[in-house]
Amino acid sequence: MNGLSPALPVFQTRDLTKTYRQGEVEVQALRGIGLELFTGELVVMLGASGSGKSTLLNILGGLDVPTSGEVNYQDIDLTRANDRELTRYRRDYVGFVFQFYNLIPSLTARENVMAVTEIARSPMDPEAALALVGLANRMDHFPAQLSGGEQQRVAIARAIAKRPKVLLCDEPTGALDSATGVLVLAALDKANRETGTTTVIITHNASIAQMADRVITLSDGKISKEYHNPTRQDPRTLSW
Amino acid sequence: MPFFRASALQTKLRRELWQMRGQMLAIALVIAGGVAVFLLSLVNYSSLTATRNQYYQDYQFAEVFVTIKRAPRHALQQVAAIPGVTRQSGRVEGAATLEVPGFSDPVSARLVSLPATGQPALNRLYLRYGRLPAASRSDEAAVIGSFADAHDLMLGDRLDAIINGRRQSLTVVGIVESPEFIYVIPPGGMLPDFKRYGVLWMAQDALAPAMDMVGAFNSLVLQVDSSVPIPAVIDQLDRLLAPYGGTGAYARADQFSHRFLNDELNQLKTMATIFPTIFMGVAMFLLNVVVGRLISTQRDIVAVLKAFGYSNRQIGWHYSQLVLVIAITGLLIGTAAGLWLGRALGELYMDYYRFPGLLFRVSPWWLLLLAVLTLMVAWLGGWRAIRQAAALPPAEAMRPEGPARYRVTVTERLLSWIRFTQPSRMIVRQLARRLGRTVLSVTGVAMATAVVMVGNFQLSSVSLMVHTQFARVQKQDLAITLTDPVSQAALFGMARQPGVRYTEGRRVVVAELVNGHRKWRTALTGIPSDAKLQFVVDEHLNDVPIPPAGLLLTDFLAARLAVSPGDHLQVRVLEGPRPRLSLPVAGVTSEFLGVSAYMDLAAMNRVMREGPVVNQVLMNLTPGQADTVYQDLRDAPRVMAINIRQAMLDSFYDTLAKTFLTYTFIISLLGGIIAFGVIYNTVRISLAERGRDLASLRVLGYSHNEVSHIILGELAILLVLGVPLGWFFGQAIASLIVTAMQTELYRVPLIMTDKTLALAANVVIISALVSGFITWWRLRNLDLVAVLKTRE
Ligand SMILES: Nc1ncnc2c1ncn2[C@@H]1O[C@H](COP(=O)(O)OP(=O)(O)OP(=O)(O)O)[C@@H](O)[C@H]1O
Ligand SMILES: [Mg+2]
Repeated sequence: MNGLSPALPVFQTRDLTKTYRQGEVEVQALRGIGLELFTGELVVMLGASGSGKSTLLNILGGLDVPTSGEVNYQDIDLTRANDRELTRYRRDYVGFVFQFYNLIPSLTARENVMAVTEIARSPMDPEAALALVGLANRMDHFPAQLSGGEQQRVAIARAIAKRPKVLLCDEPTGALDSATGVLVLAALDKANRETGTTTVIITHNASIAQMADRVITLSDGKISKEYHNPTRQDPRTLSW
Repeated sequence: MPFFRASALQTKLRRELWQMRGQMLAIALVIAGGVAVFLLSLVNYSSLTATRNQYYQDYQFAEVFVTIKRAPRHALQQVAAIPGVTRQSGRVEGAATLEVPGFSDPVSARLVSLPATGQPALNRLYLRYGRLPAASRSDEAAVIGSFADAHDLMLGDRLDAIINGRRQSLTVVGIVESPEFIYVIPPGGMLPDFKRYGVLWMAQDALAPAMDMVGAFNSLVLQVDSSVPIPAVIDQLDRLLAPYGGTGAYARADQFSHRFLNDELNQLKTMATIFPTIFMGVAMFLLNVVVGRLISTQRDIVAVLKAFGYSNRQIGWHYSQLVLVIAITGLLIGTAAGLWLGRALGELYMDYYRFPGLLFRVSPWWLLLLAVLTLMVAWLGGWRAIRQAAALPPAEAMRPEGPARYRVTVTERLLSWIRFTQPSRMIVRQLARRLGRTVLSVTGVAMATAVVMVGNFQLSSVSLMVHTQFARVQKQDLAITLTDPVSQAALFGMARQPGVRYTEGRRVVVAELVNGHRKWRTALTGIPSDAKLQFVVDEHLNDVPIPPAGLLLTDFLAARLAVSPGDHLQVRVLEGPRPRLSLPVAGVTSEFLGVSAYMDLAAMNRVMREGPVVNQVLMNLTPGQADTVYQDLRDAPRVMAINIRQAMLDSFYDTLAKTFLTYTFIISLLGGIIAFGVIYNTVRISLAERGRDLASLRVLGYSHNEVSHIILGELAILLVLGVPLGWFFGQAIASLIVTAMQTELYRVPLIMTDKTLALAANVVIISALVSGFITWWRLRNLDLVAVLKTRE
């Protein structure tokens, strides 16, 4: 699709704000976000630390609810959804990749993926998902036996194995060197192309932006910049 | 395809349980302790109750009992005519001294007649071996099992009996048990003494002539139709038998053997409630702490699971399973241990409760209820933590737990005069910062201490009770209960016998004490005002002087009758001229064994309208000459029973004390397990929480021992605070138990010796040392890289 065809918006947000209140202190993490994300799109989100990227991603993923404004996924109103509906939404549509991998230490790579496929509607084989990220031969290792990059790839396999409609990645390469980071990004790119998953990748690394259909920059809780890449770069050509 | 494929979460559960198996087992054992104590008591309670009920029913145990001076047999027809009486059995009873070959101590026996038909209509005999005495044979006797066992009597063995002053040779033809003598205690004694007291059954035609009771009876037992109130029958019976010297009929509730068995059963019931409650409380507390901490270390996992669409319910169920697995493990271990111990203890009871056999009973409904309760209690223990996990907002869970706002605490400022090393500073700061958690840990240590104390204080309390009774209170070596009163002048004769140092007489009568609707049938003892041998003492073991007028009551009895000093009590003496008196309660006494009422001997002789007579003789013997005295006593007429102090003491340790101490030993052992469970978990959790800090310190160059100092120092502080608090808790719980377990037979005083306190502290400290060592060992092998690699 590459952003050329007039695709349908899957996400729509309007005047989205999020305020954290902690005792006396109020932190305005988001101050009015209006955004549309389209089916099959790969979006990279940039922004200074504290600009509200993770907050936005959490709200899109149904982990958190906004303080005000609207957010919809297709015809699901995430603003007014209750806990049960949000759980349903996450289970059926969303895959997450977290900055700190967050694998379950007592489960092997395969079992970590199975923990998700077991409750998904039409998942891939856990083995196939791990093969996709190049870990076919490490399936029975525990997280503590894997390197940081390998752990992050297991986390990606876990996220894509359920064949989510949206894949939300919070600094998936944050802790990785460039070569490993590229492997991880390639896996995400492949999943996006092959399954048409709407993908959002948060990063601090501007060079990653070249693999995106669209790049959105947040600063101080607002969208400060937004542009389309004329062509998506193959992540394998990136380096930093 | 495997038959059963575990889900990933089940795999997680299994691995984590295995990884924390030490901690989990420690908690499971605490639960097992509660379950075992409960089952142990329940099994004994239900088995003894079922056995007794079956025995009573099968062997026609009577419902009303009465002793008479002498009534003609034709009076039985009048008895039968009393409305409600369904069966009756008039018997001849008597006392004898026995000579058992090879045994020199005086032995007394109760003799009971059997009708010509063999088995009586009521209080039928269970034949263990042999047969009943033949109606025509005056030299045959059936002997109660306790006595036969104590002397290894076999069928065909011979005994000499001195009945009413006449020597008679008896052959043992049967060894029997009777529902009337399940708990066999000599008259005048409080404790069983199987060697020196027995019950013998002889044919009516043999016993009646020996007792001058031909054509008469002096003991009557009845059964009553269930539609007729027993007190009504007793009333009529008393009126009917008064001319024949009836001493007042009484119901089962006042029958000696039945009454003590009842007490024992009630005590079991109490134990089955108190101890499991304590144990389960501790287990719940532990689960609360352990599961709470476990879950707090898994916040990020909970978050990921939620992010991927696991529902609150699934998360809650996952952690509930953890708790339930622990609970079920505890339940299974506890059930097995409880049934086994219950059975073993039941067999011990059989040593001094003479039943034909023990019916091992435990209701499946109780087991089911126990299982449900255990699982519920365990789940409730973990509930707070489980609910917190389930309710954790998924985005929240991605952040490290809680606002870890370190600050220089008040405690630290207060202690600023100490120059802390950095590790010590970490200890103080951690304890003060997590104040709630510290309080929980200190409470845990305190509970551990208290539980050990509760199991243990009874050992020293019971020893003290017995020591007090037999050394401080009963100074006589020997107490002789006579069948009929003798003049006090006879005492001087006795005192001159070789081997006798000192004698003192007492007058004991059966009386009913009445205050409104409260009644108590007991012995009323007349004590000479200058008594030197058996004192009555108050709760501080000081002598209580015998008031010239009025009664002294055992405090337990005063409480049952709801009277206090100054109140008046109706006294119905059930012997002799059967005077009815109204006497003031002059004071209370605090014997630990038995209950009694006392008054001045001279005053008693006056109300009994008799001269200066006594029917119980207390003696002190010249050391080494006991056998001479025993020899003389064998041939003495009118001796109903002889209680030898040393023998009672021995028999106490042999019988009652054995079960009691076995029980408390089991409790102490379980207490020790709990103590270990609490301490071990406290240390392990603190290790788990601090692993990262400690690894960081190690990386910075602190030595293994310096780092261990942090965990062990923390533990030391918990002990210093927890153990004294535990002593306090223990004292409170113990006093609760002591109050709940008071019976007519004995009342264990609340004595906390230094030994008990020290033992409790030691168990806790040793648990701490072992746990500390395990920790030290773990820290030695701490994989620095692995710890630092995992995300906090
Ligand atoms: N639970 C919270 N309570 C209080 N403030 C919060 C909370 N979560 C986030 N914030 C604040 O909201 C703002 C946005 O946070 P957010 O995590 O979205 O930033 P970010 O863009 O992801 O930053 P980074 O690139 O460092 O991850 C920050 O100022 C942060 O301190
Ligand atoms: Mg962020």
